[in-house]
Formats: sequence, C-alpha cells, structure tokens
Amino acid sequence: MIIKNNTIVTDDWSVLRLSEQETAETVAVPAGKIIVPLKVWQAQRGNLQRCEAIGVWLGTDERAEDLKGDIEKFSVIAVHFPKFSDGRGFSIAYNLRARLGYRGELRAIGDVLRDQLFYLRRVGFDAFAPRPDRNIEDVLKGLADFSEVYQHSIDQKLPLFRRTQRKGNPATDTA
Amino acid sequence: MYRYDEYDQTIVDERVKQFRDQVRRRLAGELKEEEFLPLRLQNGLYMQIHGYMLRIAVPYGLISSPQMRMFAHIARKYDRGYGHFTTRQNIQFNWLKLEETPDILADLASVQMHGIQTSGNCIRNITSDEFAGVAQDEVVDPRPYAEIMRQWSTFHPEFAYLPRKFKIAISGATDDRAAIYAHDIGLSAIKNAQGETGFKVLVGGGLGRTPIIGSVICEFLPWQHLLTYIESIMRVYNQYGRRDNKYKARIKILVKDLGIDEFRRQVEADWADLENGPGTLTSEEVDRVTSFFIDPPYEALSDYNAKLNEFQADNRPFSHWMAKNVKPHRIPGYAIVVLSLKKPGEAPGDATAEQMDFIADLADRYSFGELRITHKQNLVLADVRQQDLISLWQEAGEQGLTTPNIGMLTDIISCPGAEFCTLANARSIPLAKLIAERFENLDYQYDIGEITLNISGCVNACGQHHIGNIGITGVEKKDHDEWYQVSIGGAEGNDSSLSKIIGPSFTFFQVPEVIERLIHIYLRERIEAERFIDTVRRIGHAPFKEHVYANDFVAQEEHNNGCGVMSAQYDVPYYSPRF
Repeated sequence: MIIKNNTIVTDDWSVLRLSEQETAETVAVPAGKIIVPLKVWQAQRGNLQRCEAIGVWLGTDERAEDLKGDIEKFSVIAVHFPKFSDGRGFSIAYNLRARLGYRGELRAIGDVLRDQLFYLRRVGFDAFAPRPDRNIEDVLKGLADFSEVYQHSIDQKLPLFRRTQRKGNPATDTA
Repeated sequence: MYRYDEYDQTIVDERVKQFRDQVRRRLAGELKEEEFLPLRLQNGLYMQIHGYMLRIAVPYGLISSPQMRMFAHIARKYDRGYGHFTTRQNIQFNWLKLEETPDILADLASVQMHGIQTSGNCIRNITSDEFAGVAQDEVVDPRPYAEIMRQWSTFHPEFAYLPRKFKIAISGATDDRAAIYAHDIGLSAIKNAQGETGFKVLVGGGLGRTPIIGSVICEFLPWQHLLTYIESIMRVYNQYGRRDNKYKARIKILVKDLGIDEFRRQVEADWADLENGPGTLTSEEVDRVTSFFIDPPYEALSDYNAKLNEFQADNRPFSHWMAKNVKPHRIPGYAIVVLSLKKPGEAPGDATAEQMDFIADLADRYSFGELRITHKQNLVLADVRQQDLISLWQEAGEQGLTTPNIGMLTDIISCPGAEFCTLANARSIPLAKLIAERFENLDYQYDIGEITLNISGCVNACGQHHIGNIGITGVEKKDHDEWYQVSIGGAEGNDSSLSKIIGPSFTFFQVPEVIERLIHIYLRERIEAERFIDTVRRIGHAPFKEHVYANDFVAQEEHNNGCGVMSAQYDVPYYSPRF
C-alpha cells in the first residue's frame, strides 16, 4: 500500500535495489513494473527503454539533472531517503518538477515518515511509500498538518502575498 | 511592530496542534527519540542537563509589553521564575517538563509568539539591529525585510532539513550592530546612487569550530530579489553542503571549499531561473509589511538639555548612566535607553519574572509598549522622551536595571555554560560573575573604556567569543577539569575581526588575573583615546602574551577565599555529566 494523491491505494510497483555483489551493468532487471536505481538505468537504458513501463529512483547523493532528457520515459520517478532528515531529496524533487518539468508520479521511498509528509508534498511528491513498520493511516494524517503556507513551491505556485490581499496595519489604513 | 493577521495566526495555531500531537506520540512511544529530536528542535526544545530547555523566538529582537508579560507568566507557571536572554535576541527557559511544552506554546501563540525554528538544521530566527527604526545612522529600516524573511523562512518545505543550522542577520545602518559578518547570510540594506533600496549580501560567515568572516556574494541586490536570491543560496547549500561530518556542515565550509567565485556562479545559475519569477517581492507586499513599522505617535519636542545637564551635574550615577546607557535617537526630544542585564553579581542576560513584568510596565509608560532584546543580552526601550529619563532612571534603578556599563568591561556576553548545557566544557556564568565583581569599580571601567568580553563554555561559540575584544572559551582537557583559553583581537561590526588565542589555557580562578594583565598592558601602551582593540591591532599580540605569562599566578586558594567551586546562580546544584 502507498499514499497517492492523498489516499491509500494498492501498489503494483516494486523497487530494485542492488546488493553488494550486484553491479548496475550486470544485474538482471525482472519483468513487470519495476523502479530501478539510476545507475542501472544509465547502464542498461538500451534494454530498459523498451519496457512497457519503467521507473527509476534517485539516491540523495544523485541529482535531478542526471535524468535530463529522459524524464518522458518514466512512469514513476522515486527519491530514496536513506534517513528522513536527509534534506537533499527535497531539492531533488523541486528540481525534477521545476527545472526538468517532470509531471508524472514522484514517489518518496525509504525513511518516509508522517512528520515530513507535508513538506514532501509541497516540493512535488505526490506518492509516498511510508516505512513498512509504520501505520499508513497514521502517516496519511501528516498531509493535513497545515491549511495555509507562506511560500510558493511546487504545490503552490504563488507565495501568499501574491495569492491574497493581506491587510496592512489598520492604524495606517487610509482606504 | 508587526501584528499577525488571520494567516499568521492560523499557521502558528496549527503548529501548536501539530506539536501537541507529536509530544503525545512521543510519550506514547509511537515516535522514537531520534525521530522526535528534529521535530522538537524545530520548536526550540532541547534536552539539557536539568530537563527540557525551550528557546522562544523573538523575531529580530522586537517584542511588545504583553509578550514580555507572557515570558514572566511562563517563568512563574512552568519554570523557576526567571529566563535567559540570548545572543540571538531570543529567550530561553531551562527547567521545563516535556508534557507541559504544548501548553506553553499555546500560551505563546495567544500573544503571537512561538518557538518555531529556534533550533534544528533549518533557517533560524532572523536577527537584526536592536536600534532599527530609531538609530541616527540608519539608511534603510531593516525590520520590514526581517519580517518578510521570517514569513518566507517559516516552514519553508525545501529547507527544513539542511546539512546544519542556518542563521541570517540583517542591518540597515552604517554601523553594523547585528554582527552580519558572523552569520551564514549577512544582509546590509543600502541605497544605491539612484536612491534605490537593495542589499549587500554576505555569505559563509560564522563562528563555532571554524570561525570565518563572511564573503560578499553580491554587492547590490535590488530589494525585489531578496527572497529568490536567498532561495538559490539555500538550494545550492542544501544539495552540496557536507552531510558526512557535522563539524564541516555549515555553509561557510562549502563556500570555503568552492571559493566564493565558484559558489556565486552556482547560486546565480540556480537563480537565473527564479529571477523575476513569482517569488519576487512586490512593492505592495513591502508597503503592507512596512505599514506595521511606522513611527509611533511621537510628540513634537526639542532636545531637553538644560534640565538633564543640571541633574547630571549633581548626580554622578545618573551622569554615568546617561553617558553609557542612553543613545541618541533620530527624533528630537527622544532617546534610546539600554536597560542593563549585566549587574555585577547577576547572571548576564538573566531576568526574573518580577523584572520582566516591571520592564513591561516601563515599556508601556515610557516607550509606546515596545521593547527590544539586544544580541549583547540587554534590553532596549527605544522611544523614551528625554524629559522622562530622570524618572525612568530612578524607577529602573530600583529593579537593578541601570548599571551604567553598556559597552564596558562588565557588559559581558556569556552563554549558559556547563551548568545548563550538555555541550559546554566549562561554566560560563560563574566566571562572568567573578570577572564582573573584580572589575566592578566604575572609574576603573571607564578608564579602560570601550571593550567587549565574550565567554563561551565550549568551541560552539554561543557566547561569540571569536568576535570579542577578549574572548574566553571553555576547553576540554584529559583530566576533565575546567580550563579556559583566552584570545584577543576579535571585533564585530564594520571592522569585524576574529580573535587569536594568546597561549596555553588557564584555570577558572586564573582568568580574572589574566584579564587584569591584558588590561594592564593596554593601559600602559595605549595612545590617547585608543580603544583596547585599536591597541591590540597596533602593537600585536606579543606584548600581551609576554606579560600574561611572565609571572606565576597566585595560588587559587588565596584568590577564592576558600570557597572552592563557587555556587552557581539561583542555587542550581553544580553538576555536569562531564565532571
């Protein structure tokens, strides 16, 4: 089960991770809906782009720009959080959406927890695979932490000051 | 000052609700401590020696009297009757219970306050000039821009989990009173030849383990681009700042490693995309926020010299106070008053609940109900009529708030130190007290003149010891005893410099004598009106070093009158896991 578009849905994608013995060049990518590491994509793109549906995931030490020119080829792009507090994934997501114009599913995987979910959605994630030991209904609540935000980001294209007519100091209100 | 609208209030109220549930989940065991840690830190909550410490944000150091009364209420209801004002213009309470912290945050939200981002690896509370809006040398009022940045940085989704903490300071006067060279980003609001407002942007300054003075990344950034340009700096740092070693994770290390030119190139490459985009500030928004910082209803007064001069002539303490604690105001007939929280014998920066209530009343009666907290851990009444100075001095004196030592040797900046903080190697506050008592004689202090003395209990530099004319740092030694390094030559402001260590470290009781010897050399060598820092810069470290180490120190026992380890403030039992 994952969270997608604010609801809990079943998920038929699996994530390929390289074991220590495997290399990106030689690992056998199973058939079906699979999200492969960036390195595997780069090493085996000739074969992989013939798949009916393929996904790729980035580590937080990799960069959105590594997928430049390729984003149309993926049904899903994931960012793996090795630790929830590794904030690089937030900028990767922002860059995928804002700089590369990626519009498909953007999924947070790895150490994905309730208390980061609101921020994750703001920077462009629309799918979340919470850490397996967590109750997914509880994690979903994280999306509702705030009803208003100041800044623009991916979810909200305009900052608050461009979206609303905020009041100035009533003492100086001459209108 | 700025007042919340329904958007600000909603965001702060929802934060309280969110944190209340996080505390509940922590107490229920649903959140592990390591998961809870960054969440509580981003609400200003630390686990210290005595329990939980809460750091409350005072945005750019500006508060109202009801907010000050709320501090008094928190001190009484949840703490032990006092609070500690910090070098980043915030206030800390040291003795809290975790389960009560959501109620404290709810109380704070009721007066438009919070602990948001006062700790953690995120953009921290933004600091500014304590004389903003009233200083004679102000070019641009920095407060509206500080408030705009406060809102922008509050819960910025992309920059909540940075490699390390991130501090921004802004100044708008010719004299920098916000230590902008010692911040991750320092902003100097200026006007160009055409009279347009913009910012000189500094990046990569900071103290701590690797003190560095910030470098100029942009000489003149037009005001419209303030937020987008900072966004690009943050994005480059978030992606490329080191995360493998927390001691090398600050932006200053990245800027140093890349060089300022390459760092600038990367920032501007990112910014190319944002320039003139939706994040660009509008004049409507700047005007809206600025409307909260209009002048209070000043009366048309002229300077009130005759009566004050007369009173000063007859009253030496008042005359001292006028000379040291009262600063010129840009409006005729008004003055800026600094209330000293540095009375010898008291902990620097501490105020009791009674003092807080009293100070709030003073603000109401003498200064349009507003107060500022300085990064030197004093308080400011920014808009006092000169004709009220005598009565204000008399009243404030009854509460011990008129020590005429602003900018003098006993105006010591000090971190909480090892009695409170788990990071500290040594005590700071008792050392500050010992030094203040030794140099209490005002004539001696005035002879020494302008000098800054900063104490940090460890290398993390919360007492900003690198930019003190004299800096003292608690250091760790194998025997786990308290040792202090002494350095000289640091300065903040326009002529910022970093201090250098004079030599091997000293014991607790040797430090006052070391300072005495440093002062001795200064008094012997100074030319005319030279300040301590000027003499150090002119003659170098060698004469100071030579004199300090020339003679042995009198045995400790003779100095401390047999009291051994001094008792700490407010009868805090003295212990630390380190000893």
